[in-house]
Amino acid sequence: MASANLPDSPLLTSAKIVIAGGFGVGKTTCVASISEIPPINTEAWMTAASETVDRLDPGIDKTTTTVAMDFGRLTIGPDLVLYLFGTPGQPRFWPMWDDLCRGAVGAMVLADTRDLAASFPAVNYFEQDSDMPFVVCVNLFDGVLHHPLDDVRAALALPAHVPLTACDARDPSSVARALLTVVEHAMSRTPRPTAGALAAR
Amino acid sequence: MQMRYWKVRPYVLTAGRTRTRQPLLVHTLVSVPHYDAVFAAGLLPEARSLYEQARRAARSVAELSAVCGISLGVTRVVVDDLAATDRLLVHSDHDNVDFRLLERLRDGLRKLA
Repeated sequence: MASANLPDSPLLTSAKIVIAGGFGVGKTTCVASISEIPPINTEAWMTAASETVDRLDPGIDKTTTTVAMDFGRLTIGPDLVLYLFGTPGQPRFWPMWDDLCRGAVGAMVLADTRDLAASFPAVNYFEQDSDMPFVVCVNLFDGVLHHPLDDVRAALALPAHVPLTACDARDPSSVARALLTVVEHAMSRTPRPTAGALAAR
Repeated sequence: MQMRYWKVRPYVLTAGRTRTRQPLLVHTLVSVPHYDAVFAAGLLPEARSLYEQARRAARSVAELSAVCGISLGVTRVVVDDLAATDRLLVHSDHDNVDFRLLERLRDGLRKLA
């Protein structure tokens, strides 16, 4: 399985950005296009986990709980790795979101302008239930922006302080630019180290 | 993924524990500071599999869970046990996202953009 070599140093740190959005908005494509490992579909681990439990009860033929959630990895430098986690889109997996989002740098909600409603729940979650910085990113399915971003912002009822951008989920550099928006938005909300703290380093 | 059928419920392996001493997030990196083959041979299969995988390269908790086919919850507890005796190193200095980390991320992503 995926085992591309990582620099192995005790100083290696990791960061995480969550990719959210409704079913079929391109989360998997987005993770896959920029990840250096084939995205690991965590469906496997959740399914296997529940099967081991279910298997013990003969007669109960419960279908396994599958969670469609992918993650990928991107080595940013010799001492930093970025993980991208796609959230399971279905509402019944919402309790998992808190766990998944803990410690994340920020989130990117992918939206498809042909089905904006699919991304409402994700926008809602980050607006209401989380204080994590997030941006909304319109996935340009055929490389074309069909609606002005201002219209999309109005349709999503997105407050002015939430950045709205667009990307082509198939294009790694486009995805990198979208992720950059997330990081820059997070920076704008993170206090800069004071001069004293810098000197202490 | 290879399906395994356990003879025992997963949480038997953790003696019913679901919590860990330190926060182990899905992206928390884990590595083996000093590999010990004798120690590895004495481990239960699940712990051994995690130990061997983390030995190859630093891996996130989620990757270890997926690669070893062990549920996330069990992975967390077993990793935590191994870390308590310093057999595994948990790279935990990223618990708080700080400005410097964001700068490094920004600079790295700019190169890819």
